[in-house]
Amino acid sequence: MAFTEDQFTDDQIIRYSRHIILPEVGGKGQTKIAAAKVFLIGAGGLGCPISYYLTAAGVGEIAIVDDDVVDLSNLQRQILHSTKTIGMQKVDSAKAVLNALNPDVEIVAIKERLTPDNILGYIKDYDIVIDGSDNFPTRYLVNDACVLAGKPLSSGAVLRFEGQVTTIVPGQGHCYRCLFEEMPPEGLVPSCQEGGVLGVLPGIIGTLQAMEVLKLILGKGDVLMNTLLIYDALKTNFRKVKVPKNPECQVCGTHPTITKLGSYEANYCRA
Amino acid sequence: MEEIIADKRIDIRGLKCPYTFVRSKLAIESMTSGEVLEITMDYPEAAVSIPKSMQDHGQRVLSVDKINGTDWVILIRKERD
Ligand SMILES: [Zn+2]
Repeated sequence: MAFTEDQFTDDQIIRYSRHIILPEVGGKGQTKIAAAKVFLIGAGGLGCPISYYLTAAGVGEIAIVDDDVVDLSNLQRQILHSTKTIGMQKVDSAKAVLNALNPDVEIVAIKERLTPDNILGYIKDYDIVIDGSDNFPTRYLVNDACVLAGKPLSSGAVLRFEGQVTTIVPGQGHCYRCLFEEMPPEGLVPSCQEGGVLGVLPGIIGTLQAMEVLKLILGKGDVLMNTLLIYDALKTNFRKVKVPKNPECQVCGTHPTITKLGSYEANYCRA
Repeated sequence: MEEIIADKRIDIRGLKCPYTFVRSKLAIESMTSGEVLEITMDYPEAAVSIPKSMQDHGQRVLSVDKINGTDWVILIRKERD
């Protein structure tokens, strides 16, 4: 599509001016951002900052899937929700704030739980998938679905004072199973009372994910392909770990054993 | 000296930074390499900053002329996308 400056309204030129003046973005890059459609899993600690910044950036369409309602205990970190929206569906609470921030962005609120039966139908219409979920079954489900569907995936996780980010580009780089083959056994997953998180941490990890997504959209810079970024908040330390693509990987390897989505049930504490 | 004919003209009088550059950059982006953009503007600081930024972005500044008490005309040749 040929770009002309007439594609932007006067207000849009002002709103996105700090993008447009970047040589790496410009009007062309902003047009790419406006044309992008992303699918976000979770309107929680990670999903809030991810969708907040991507909405500010002018991403064309953001679908957010979450079947949860806002709880008082969420408000220490889930910055789109508020004391006034306690009890409301998280996707509705989030959508109201995002619409107010930037009416250019189409927010699609999906009040459902992702399952092996519905995920592929959802992600097929989107360019990039973002995992902001808080549990292993969803993380593996989303990974496998993205590999099978060939969709780029930004994956993030937080616990206590540590966060992890990685970017999966099927066919080019590693996937989550190349890194951790199977879900950890139940005993190794922190229980509710062990699973605290300092409230700023998902903000840091979520904004790193939003940045990865914008770079994927723009095709600029290096994303965290074949790389796991680990952030230690207590030590203020960022560490990059190389994650080579595993040729024996069950889902993205040369002879995959996972060729369709099976069962991802596990009895973890989901609080 | 031979007269340079602009392929595109924009009049951004009344605009201040950074919108002077934002508009100029959007105009340059919509053109093809080798074409010349003529910018008429009246924000004094931009008479310096637009040529500098255009150069930083890889474009060629052909001329910067103050044409009357308040206005400048800048000619830029697009050299790269
Ligand atoms: Zn893999």
